[in-house]
Amino acid sequence: MADLITLRVTRYRPENDTEPTTQDYEIPLRKEWAVLDGLNHIKDHLDGTLSYRWSCRMGICGSCGMTVNGEPRLTCATFLEDCAPGPIRVEPLRNFPVIRDLVVEIGDFMRKLPQVKPWVIREEEASIDSEYLQTPAELDQYKQFSMCINCMLCYSACPVYALDKDFLGPAAIALAQRYNLDSRDQGSAERMDVLSAAEGIWSCTFVGECTTACPKGVDPAGAIQRYKFTAAMESLKAFLLPRGTR
Amino acid sequence: MTLSHDVVIVGGGGAGLRAAIAVAESDPRLSVAVVSKVYPMRSHTVSAEGGAAAAIRSDDSLDEHAHDTISGGDWLCDQAAVEAFVKEAPEELLRLEHWGCPWSREPDGRVAVRPFGGMRKMRTWFAADKTGFHLLHTLFQTSLKYERIDRYDEWYVTKLLVDDGRVCGVVAFELMSGRIEAITAKAVILCTGGCGRVFPFTTNAAIKTGDGMALAYRAGAPLKDMEFVQYHPTGLPFTGILITEAARAEGGWLINKDGYRYLQDYDLGTPSPKPVLRSMELGPRDRLSQAFVKEAEKGRTVDTPHGQVVHLDLRHLGSTVIDTKLPFVRELCLSYEHVDPVRELIPVRPVVHYMMGGVHTDIHGATPMEGLYAAGEVACVSINGANRLGSNSLPELLVFGARAGQAAAAFASTAVHGAQGGAAVRAQVEDERRRLEHDLLGRDGGKEPISAVREEMQATMEDGAGIYRSGESLARAADRLHALQERFRTARLEDHSRTFNTELVAALELSFMLDVAETIVHSALLREESRGAHQRTDFPARDDDRFLASSLIYRNADGSRQMEYPPVTITRWPPGERVYGR
Ligand SMILES: Cc1cc2nc3c(=O)[nH]c(=O)nc-3n(C[C@H](O)[C@H](O)[C@H](O)COP(=O)(O)OP(=O)(O)OC[C@H]3O[C@@H](n4cnc5c(N)ncnc54)[C@H](O)[C@@H]3O)c2cc1C
Repeated sequence: MADLITLRVTRYRPENDTEPTTQDYEIPLRKEWAVLDGLNHIKDHLDGTLSYRWSCRMGICGSCGMTVNGEPRLTCATFLEDCAPGPIRVEPLRNFPVIRDLVVEIGDFMRKLPQVKPWVIREEEASIDSEYLQTPAELDQYKQFSMCINCMLCYSACPVYALDKDFLGPAAIALAQRYNLDSRDQGSAERMDVLSAAEGIWSCTFVGECTTACPKGVDPAGAIQRYKFTAAMESLKAFLLPRGTR
Repeated sequence: MTLSHDVVIVGGGGAGLRAAIAVAESDPRLSVAVVSKVYPMRSHTVSAEGGAAAAIRSDDSLDEHAHDTISGGDWLCDQAAVEAFVKEAPEELLRLEHWGCPWSREPDGRVAVRPFGGMRKMRTWFAADKTGFHLLHTLFQTSLKYERIDRYDEWYVTKLLVDDGRVCGVVAFELMSGRIEAITAKAVILCTGGCGRVFPFTTNAAIKTGDGMALAYRAGAPLKDMEFVQYHPTGLPFTGILITEAARAEGGWLINKDGYRYLQDYDLGTPSPKPVLRSMELGPRDRLSQAFVKEAEKGRTVDTPHGQVVHLDLRHLGSTVIDTKLPFVRELCLSYEHVDPVRELIPVRPVVHYMMGGVHTDIHGATPMEGLYAAGEVACVSINGANRLGSNSLPELLVFGARAGQAAAAFASTAVHGAQGGAAVRAQVEDERRRLEHDLLGRDGGKEPISAVREEMQATMEDGAGIYRSGESLARAADRLHALQERFRTARLEDHSRTFNTELVAALELSFMLDVAETIVHSALLREESRGAHQRTDFPARDDDRFLASSLIYRNADGSRQMEYPPVTITRWPPGERVYGR
């Protein structure tokens, strides 16, 4: 007999429940099982009505973010053994409206994404015969910020976003910086207004929870700090220099 | 309310997003919608690791890429399609570069290339070992700038609407609300990806359930070459997570339980310390996976709780190469196998990876049904023949995603008929609504959970239609699948909620998979030869006299099946022997 462990799962079905409740499930404690394998075991063998998102089960699609024992985690990369002896609390990600059970509504983020213009902006499009040259050092400038999988753990961890849903948020700002720092891009001026607005970088109080939560080693807090400096320099220039020489 | 667009694209992976951009760029007046059961950036393209092939170096040529692809596909490829593919692949990858894809670079700033299995030149572009992730996010972010592209994120398509032989839209439901709607269109492009989940052990994500293949098949469009299922030689035991071929391209070795590079015993060349193109570990996937089975039969593999394995040895590459070229491989091994490839051997075994077959299309992504197009893994053009070469799929998504988008846009701009459809279409929508609401959401009682049916289907496919098959094993699988179709009809559904009902999704996916599984088994049963990934123990040789032909499987209106065998298009490369390592 395999050892067992309890998953204490938050349930919420808007048709029946006015408040979220919790439900305990006993599942096998297997060495190779992630929390997600436990949820799949519940879904397939114990209770077909539990809802959650998942897909790649290899930490790259960003679907399966949840709150595990109070922390925002990818459930496919959080192992049961590391949470033993349990009960392991599995809740939806914080700071988002809950649709049902462990599924949260991320439409707010999806609407913010296009606002930072996350695409290469060029004054003139070069012909498609050859590549823009970019040295490994130039690639390193932005590479880290291109690793975001949009899993929403940073929004769930962010104390500013918790209070102010207008805040652009860590992933969107880091993505803007990913393009600003790309040697092929010339669009930083176009991204300036939205980043420098009250809901942009200046809302961030630099707690750094986003960077701690990121499962992919992106440093959104660093991106925001760095952009604050850029923005401050820009406004200083605007103040000191007459138009045209900027 | 009716939802209506000029072009509806089902799927927001690499193929779907490339197609959407192509439609938007072909004719800015057209309205185009991307309907996807997951947010586009969660699509399975995100998992691709190793790279994307396109000849750009001066020592390389389009003809060499074409010949590698055709011989790799055991001469079942459509050679006209391959010629178009190799010609347009470099342009498409350069376009991705211009859109911001962070390709790995040479010191002088040019895009870097790496070797890959079955390729005689270094031509695989890569973004470390997260190529698909970067490609998909670049496409998705770029797509945001086109205001004409509407998205239906987390909408699940259940049916194609057909009016008088012409496809005119889809029925879909929104996961969040459960609302069921017809979305009408002048043209529909299927970009729904592959079907690895039909098997128990696969690299494929949970969403890869062959939906688009079944949608087309049920609507009357033929599926092509469904017997050709690719096993990748190096999956992690238990999870099936892929260890990319790039690990071998960078110099990794496959060794048996005695530490012996066993591929030398299977006509794949002789071992040398450095990787040699088209030799040993850089042979094609079908041959490597078959060698594993033979090695296991000889008792030279390692027995583990999760089955027989061999070892992938990267230790001699050192931590610098591993961390710069294969960081994701290290991350995956550490997380999921508790093994550090810098110091330890990685246990691996063959794993279902890719579907060569799919919805039959021509070189423009058009299916034989008016108004229906397909591109990406769901489609079969066919450039992959009997065995796809690694790193040909990502460029295929781009080349044929763009072509299908352009063709669908041209068709939609000139289509005279409106997209609304008449009484016949409205009746189909009502029937489908009834099926979803009454037969599935309203189902009471039922015997077994759907997971029981799914698990047995997967076991059936592994037993009957695995790396080696026979007439007998396939006939048995066909019988079992028939019985499983019946069991599915009476399986239990516990969730009656409209809100984010993932049990309903799982049931619909299972029903699609059962249809796809049947087409695989029947096509395999009737192909009495061995070619590429289709190995029949009762017909061990390739038979060009009878089977230098694609197999097309149709479903008739009464549910019966029909096969056709159109000859393969040969332009410049007559069938020959597949030679590796010599
Ligand atoms: C682990 C792994 C690594 C790989 N590495 C490489 C590599 O290095 N190089 C290479 O060339 N190839 C590689 N491949 C193969 C390649 O990644 C895939 O063939 C390719 O990404 C498929 O892309 P696609 O756009 O066709 O489909 P996908 O990316 O799978 O997208 C399918 C889309 O269809 C949608 N969809 C499906 N069904 C429905 C429905 N019923 N209703 C609504 N929407 C639906 C999904 O939501 C999704 O958006 C790899 C594959 C795997 C599994």
